[in-house]
Formats: sequence, structure tokens, C-alpha cells
Amino acid sequence: MAGANTNLDAEKIRRDFPVVTSSINGKPVVYLDSANTSQKPEVVIDAMTAFMREGYAPINRSAYSLAAEATERYEAARTKVAKFINAKSSREIVFTKNATEALNLIAYSWGRTNLKRGDVVVLTHMEHHANIVPWQMLQQEIGIELRWVPLTADFQLDLSSLASLLAGAKVFSFTSMSNVLGTINPVEKLCAAAHAVGALAIVDACQSVPHTPTNVQAWGADFTMFSSHKMCGPSGVGVLWGREELLEAIPPFLGGGNMISEVRLDGFKCAELPAKFEAGTPPITEVVGLGAAVDYLSGIGMANVRRHEVEMSSYVLENLTSRFGDEITIHGPRNPELRGATFSFAFRGIHPHDLSQILDQTNVCVRAGHHCAKPLMKIIGANATTRASFYLYNTKADADALANALDSASDIF
Amino acid sequence: MPGVEDLYREIILDHYRTPRNRGELPPPAVCTEGNNPLCGDDIRIFLDIADGVVRDVKFSGQGCSISQSSTSMMTVAIKGRPVDEVRALVRRFKHMMTLSDDDGAVDESIKLGDIEALGGVVKFPVRIKCATLGWNTLLEGLNSTQG
Ligand SMILES: Cc1ncc(COP(=O)(O)O)c(C=O)c1O
Repeated sequence: MAGANTNLDAEKIRRDFPVVTSSINGKPVVYLDSANTSQKPEVVIDAMTAFMREGYAPINRSAYSLAAEATERYEAARTKVAKFINAKSSREIVFTKNATEALNLIAYSWGRTNLKRGDVVVLTHMEHHANIVPWQMLQQEIGIELRWVPLTADFQLDLSSLASLLAGAKVFSFTSMSNVLGTINPVEKLCAAAHAVGALAIVDACQSVPHTPTNVQAWGADFTMFSSHKMCGPSGVGVLWGREELLEAIPPFLGGGNMISEVRLDGFKCAELPAKFEAGTPPITEVVGLGAAVDYLSGIGMANVRRHEVEMSSYVLENLTSRFGDEITIHGPRNPELRGATFSFAFRGIHPHDLSQILDQTNVCVRAGHHCAKPLMKIIGANATTRASFYLYNTKADADALANALDSASDIF
Repeated sequence: MPGVEDLYREIILDHYRTPRNRGELPPPAVCTEGNNPLCGDDIRIFLDIADGVVRDVKFSGQGCSISQSSTSMMTVAIKGRPVDEVRALVRRFKHMMTLSDDDGAVDESIKLGDIEALGGVVKFPVRIKCATLGWNTLLEGLNSTQG
């Protein structure tokens, strides 16, 4: 299991991330919570700082050159994002607050226009609350029916009954990768299955876009969304991608400035895409930061990021299971090719809250809790799990630090 | 960074390993459920109250060492006590957790006994919700029995 065949030098990459190389009380930080939110490289921090120092101005509103340049920077980020996920055009890229807002936008604007009482929306048992609650809100409001794709014993989606679940469905909305199990779903196949019954295919790509190459056209998806803060960019901005004709066809979500082309006392006319969905002053600096993050990731190459994480996954799985055997239960696939480097586990019967507190003594940062996926937690039979997630800046030394910290955790209980 | 030894005192771990008053009470005992939305922990408190006195109390559910031991110690402290005193104790405890609602003065003379050991939790702000979960659930139960 050598790092020889990877083009990614994690040791070098680490040094791009101030928090990843920082210490608390003289002990190095071991950041293993990137599925929650990622750390930021210097280039992103610098791009945002420089923009605020030298280039900050309103966008789309004023004629002076400072404002024109700020608009250019903002739109350049949109073009970068479009290219990053292989969208047909940057008109298909809408900046939102985060992925949650993008999912709510779709449920609200597409859902309220196209769904009526009794219509079926299919979700899966491994969804984040962000891809559950907006649909449950529609269920309460207009009485749609929700159906759920269950899991197999090895933490994959159980596709044996997919055809019958999808029969008559209007929407199939699913995650590209589980934020709890790490499972990577067969997105192309699922989009095709949705389209075969005339359903819309929505892909919650929060956990895959930061970690692996994305090609929304190859997916054949209709809508997808992800958050900047999980992909080395700042918090406060998310991305909604949709096929242009679909975005054209649905009403706006929020109303206000920037999203109109005309307002009179007796009504308004929407702006063209994508401004139609960007009401109000957007997070300008954050979008510039996201642009820098996309440049950074593109420079490294997403295929290299993926390869590094497959290697990390094999190492972590092997390390934890050989060292702890039955004392650790990893809730997720065993095959590194079928998963991301996100590991939820139970350890020696220690409650995740207690475990994460003890790991914190050596600055090992992991998440404890339900990971905003309570229905899934119930299905895997845990109230809470501890989750360690690895990214491009994590090394085998981080995995070793996790294992060492775990080993010391049992002493206290 | 405060050390975990401030958090995991021996008496706390003792109540965690050997919880007191764990179980359920049949109706007409009042059952109240509390959740910690942060970690998904849940707790149920069963209260048998008659003539203004907590005659019996039990708890069930899942949680971390802090929520479980805090609730266990709480049940020991309130069993057999008049509801008024129990309310005062809850105020006193929440005050220690610096979450006092200020609806009524805190009587500093109220003895917390073993519960004092939970004082270290305030140094770990994210854990305060764990320590107070059982107590807030108790308060809800008291309120529901008294209209
Ligand atoms: C799969 C998945 N979907 C949606 C979200 C929501 O992302 P955000 O909180 O950035 O809106 C997350 C973040 O945890 C996630 O992991």
C-alpha cells in the first residue's frame, strides 16, 4: 500500500492549510471532520482577503470600474464552477447560501409548481436531513407521498425494489455519497432509472463534489447541489446546478433585488438565468473564495484527490480493523473503491460524545452525533456514532493518531 | 484546554456504570421524553407524584456518560422529596450549569451532594446540554402534572 502511484503529495498539500498544520497546547491538530466542513488553503484565504482589501464593490449594479471588476470576479467564479462540474453553460450555475438552501429552492419552486396531492417523491434511507425535511414540508403542505429506497446489509442502496418504488414517481432525489456511511451511489444508473419512469433526478452532491471528479452531463441529472465550505471554500455560499430548460421553467424562490428585470406597481418580471434565483446582495467575497477553491482543487486534479482518498480508505480500514478487531464496528462498505474516506463507527461501547471528548485531549477532531441523518441512524441501530472523515490534506500519520487516541480511550471507562 | 479528569469524576463514572432508578413506571405515572438534538440522545423520565411528593421516579433511554449519570444522580436526589423542594433543586442545578432561567431566586444553601461533581461540566460548554437533559425533562414532567 505505497503512496508511489499517486500524483498527490499530501505532505506538501498539508502545508497549504494553516489549521491543518496548527497546534493547540503544543500538540498538533489532527483534523478529521472534513465531511462536516473542510479546512481552507492559503490561496482561498488570500484571495478573499485581497478582494476585500483591493477589489470589493457591489456587483451587477453600478457603472464604475471597481464595481465592474467585482462583477467580473464574481462571474469568473461561476464559469470556474460550471467547468468544474462540466455544466453546459454558466447560466446553469446558481449561487445559494448552501446546499440546504438549494434543496429547499428545488422543493419549493419546482415542487410547488409540479407536484400535487398524492404525487410520489422517492428518497433513500441514507439521506441527510437537508434532502428529507424540505420534502416532508411539501408532504404536510400538499400531501405528496414519500417512498424510501432501503439499504442492503453491506450499506449499499438496495436496488432490488427500485422499479416498483419508482413506478409513477415524479421525483427521485438521492445523495451521491452518504455523509455517514461513506457509500458512493451509482449516480448515472439512478438518474437513468428516474428518467425511465419520467421522474426528475436530483443529486445531493455535497459529499462527492469535494472528493471526486464530477460530470453532471454524464450523470444525466436534472438538478444537483453542493456547498463551498466542504470543498476548501468559505462557508456562506452553495451551488445549485440545473438543466437550463428546467431552471427556465420554474418560478423564482426568493424575491427582491437582482432577480428582476422589471418591477411595476402591478407586478414584476424575472431576470434571466441565473440572476432569477439570486435575490438580494449575494455573498460576493465568498463566491470569489469559492472560485479560488475550485482553482486550487483543479490544479491538484480531482482524480488525484479521489486516488488519495481511496488509498487513505484502505489504510484506515486495515489499520482500525487489524488493531481493534471486534472492538470497533464500522458502519459502511469495506471496499475502498465503493466508498469515500468517511468512517462512522462504534468503539468499545463508549458513547460517541464521550469518545470524541477523549480524542479531543490529543486534538483529534472527529464528529459525534447523528450527522443530520436521524432516520439512517435508526436504521443502522445507533443513536449516535463517531465519525472520522479524511480529505486531501490528511495523511497516514493522521490515521495513526486516530488509532492511538482510540486505544487510550478505554482506560477511563 | 481543561483535562477530561474534570469531567469524568469517579462518582460520575460510577453512576454511568451502575445507574440508579433505571427502568419504567406503569401509568398513571407520568412519562416525559427529552431529546438532545445535538447528539440524538433521548431520555424518558417516569414520575409518580401524589400529595405534592415525588413518590417514585425512574428513567430510561440512551445517552452519554454525562447525561446518564446526571439523570441517575437526579433521580436519587428527588425521590421522596416534595415537589417544591425538587423545583428548587432543579433551579439550583441549572444555576450551577449557568443556565438559570431567573424565574425565582436560587437558594444557594440547597445541598447538591454528589451532584456537585457535575460542576466540572461547565468547562466543556458543548456538554452542558448533556448534563441538563434529564433535568429539563423532569421539569417538563413536573409542569405537565401540575397543569
Ligand atoms: C449529504 C449532505 N447533504 C446536505 C448537506 C447540507 O449541507 P449544508 O449544511 O452546507 O447546506 C450536507 C452537509 O452536512 C451533507 O453531507
